[in-house]
Amino acid sequence: MPTRRQILGSMAALPLMGLAFPQVSWATRARGDARFAFVVLRGALDGLAAVPAYGDGDFVRHRGPASDRLTLDDTFGLNPALPHLHEMYGKHEALVLHAVATPYRQRSHFSGQDVLESGLSSEIGTRDGWLGRALPRNAAGVRAMALGEAVPLVLRGGPGVSSWAPMRENVLDDDTLHRIEALYGDDQLLSRSLAAALNTGQIAREGGLDENGPALSGPRERFLGLMTAAGRFLAAPDGPRIAVIDIGGWDTHNQQAGRLKRQLAILDDGLAALRDNLGAAWGQTAVLLATEFGRTAAINGTGGTDHGTGAAAFLAGGAVAGGRVIADWPGLADGQLFEARDLRPTTDLRAVAKGVLRDHLNLARADLDRTVFPDSAAVRPMDGLIRG
Amino acid sequence: MAVTDKNVQAALATNRFGLGARPGELREAADDPRGWLAAQLGGGPPIALDGAGSLTSGSEALAGFFKLRALRQAMRQEEQAGMGRAYAAPGDGKPKDDVVASIAGYTRPIYLAEVAARTTTAVRSTAPLLERLVWFWSNHFTVSAAKVAVAPVAGAFEREAIRPHVLGRFGDMLQAVVHHPAMILYLDNARSFGADSRRGRRAGGGLNENLGRELLELHTVGVDAGYTQRDVTTFAQALTGWTINPGRRKPTGVGEFWYVGAVHEPGSKTVMGRTYPDTGEGQAEAILRDLAGHPATARHVAGKLARHFVADDPPAGAVDRLARRFLDTGGDLREVTAELVSLDAAWDPALRKMKSPNEFVVSALRGLDAPQVEPRIVVASLDSMGQRPFFAPSPAGWPDTVAAWAGPDGVYKRIEWSVAVGEKAGPKLHRADGLARSMLGGLADDGLMTALSRAESGAQAVAMLLSSPQFQRR
Repeated sequence: MPTRRQILGSMAALPLMGLAFPQVSWATRARGDARFAFVVLRGALDGLAAVPAYGDGDFVRHRGPASDRLTLDDTFGLNPALPHLHEMYGKHEALVLHAVATPYRQRSHFSGQDVLESGLSSEIGTRDGWLGRALPRNAAGVRAMALGEAVPLVLRGGPGVSSWAPMRENVLDDDTLHRIEALYGDDQLLSRSLAAALNTGQIAREGGLDENGPALSGPRERFLGLMTAAGRFLAAPDGPRIAVIDIGGWDTHNQQAGRLKRQLAILDDGLAALRDNLGAAWGQTAVLLATEFGRTAAINGTGGTDHGTGAAAFLAGGAVAGGRVIADWPGLADGQLFEARDLRPTTDLRAVAKGVLRDHLNLARADLDRTVFPDSAAVRPMDGLIRG
Repeated sequence: MAVTDKNVQAALATNRFGLGARPGELREAADDPRGWLAAQLGGGPPIALDGAGSLTSGSEALAGFFKLRALRQAMRQEEQAGMGRAYAAPGDGKPKDDVVASIAGYTRPIYLAEVAARTTTAVRSTAPLLERLVWFWSNHFTVSAAKVAVAPVAGAFEREAIRPHVLGRFGDMLQAVVHHPAMILYLDNARSFGADSRRGRRAGGGLNENLGRELLELHTVGVDAGYTQRDVTTFAQALTGWTINPGRRKPTGVGEFWYVGAVHEPGSKTVMGRTYPDTGEGQAEAILRDLAGHPATARHVAGKLARHFVADDPPAGAVDRLARRFLDTGGDLREVTAELVSLDAAWDPALRKMKSPNEFVVSALRGLDAPQVEPRIVVASLDSMGQRPFFAPSPAGWPDTVAAWAGPDGVYKRIEWSVAVGEKAGPKLHRADGLARSMLGGLADDGLMTALSRAESGAQAVAMLLSSPQFQRR
């Protein structure tokens, strides 16, 4: 067994261009061939709709009986639109976290996402992301992949980061590419991006991804396509080991029951597509699904919910010690709500991410406390999230 | 100053503040690059071209949409009541699917006509700074067709609420935006009811705070201005009653803004320390008026303008000057833009920004003097680069940083598109150096000119020119 808290590589500040923080190294012998995917649920998923706390007497008062839930335990259920996640839970390959939040306590999506992705304790000073800073400095090739046209904040600042979305047309000949690469000689950003894209194209072809595929225009097709691609990339022998996938559409101010049913089904099918395309590598995978904050405990005037605080999150994958709900449940009575309206957060999402990075990707505690999640020494990594 | 200096400045004027030079445009700008921009600010608001004569007003588009949606709802109710089985029989009679299909079929031509008009206007414009302002403000006040009901009105919103005001007052634009059905739909205000309103007391219903929050956070004072959750809630209460006529009770003006006093939360409201008496619709209007003139709004808007035109992290002095001009002129956007164009920081020859996909595609079409714009190809091209027209990912709009647009996939897709365009335009190309000079002027340095002169074909030269850092950046 490799030790969990090795510090490999110097923690001396290595101020690479534009980086606010020194970078960390992974253990030379990472546990097996661990894969990690982060699914960013943009727009604030309503945790109480995804994971109804049907056993809490006050839940019914806010939300009604949640009678067609999938059962998790005596207190919590799962929205019926999440059957694959429920199946994973039953096989101990998924766990549910509730009443979690980043340190952010206001209600702006955009600041909230900045905190979720930057790993800082506030949105001030955001410039790169916790997963980008968690990437090994000393590895060659593409280590991490953003599925989509752009690299989201959470992955910025790391070496070996690429992005990929379908609809490449494959019309480029090497000669033209070489000439354009030469034009980019003095432009560090463009040359780095192009090199990463070419590297990615190679892996995509080897992984059998159809570069000529049709435009994935609908939100469902797009997310399933990106999750499929993520699975193939992560499964490839020399492919990336980290993937980030975005899915928006959670900002349900309005008539949310039907919208969430559709949206959660997309998420659930996408998670299954990721698992299926990972194949055997699913056993070495952990997938964190998290959102910027939760929503109000009560339904608003238009059958939806407004911006809130405490949220639900999920951890899935063959490497996860699943089959349980982790929640220090604060209750939903009026006196228990945060600012008399929201689920009160009792678990710091950084503790979850730190536990996964430490036990799954072998990052050292000191790196996690200072570099990946700056000034977070007081937030202990959560133990036991990953199978021993 | 040396002549080359003017050539670089002219290229900066057309790229940084315009949409890339059309053939001959650099020559026009070269005498007096700043004056060329100032002259664009001298006229009236820019008019959108409507080549096909097929643009629909926002309210008309919405009225049609409401009609279809009502039909769909009626069918769903019949089905639930067990009366829909005859319809659901297999074979040709599947009216529910037909209606769903017809909503898409209804929206699509409206959407494509808007894309065609917007793109053609930008490609042909002789005042491209004004088109850039239209795009900037329409992104500041984002509505997105990603929400189905907004899709038929997203283009109309830009034409009706943004375009007429880009050289007018910020406060007038703000009022037009919040009174526009597209924004009311997009940020969920149409059914936000006051709990103590006449209807609220009788039939229930309540608040939806989405519009109130984003007006503060995104559109006016900005997230750091110190407002509280209470300000958000109170502002949302003041906005109750601001809705759209769905046509059920009032047959005229369907799809238009409609103030409904019966759902307005009564009483005075205090927002950011000021108290507003209940004057019905006028209450939220008064709040908007004060927000438009708030110093925090001036700073927020100034920062965004400087970030868009100057650099991701613009010099503080530049932001200060824009904010001051905004306050001194009561938010006169003609004056604020003139100040922007006169900032020395805005003329730094270093190309700090990356063109957005929309700017990139339109500037290529301008530079190559593309005879016509096929909207379906524009949509597919921009979609592949991550910027499908009128489909911003959130109320915060499209990102406006280099990092957001210079990612690996984005850079690759632009090269691919450049190669495809090169294959079309290349064979007709006589001299690559002439094209480079007419598109980039003083920015086409020796290195680029030498590389282009060695290209193996006209197609390759065009692909290289469009992919070059000098053309990708601004």
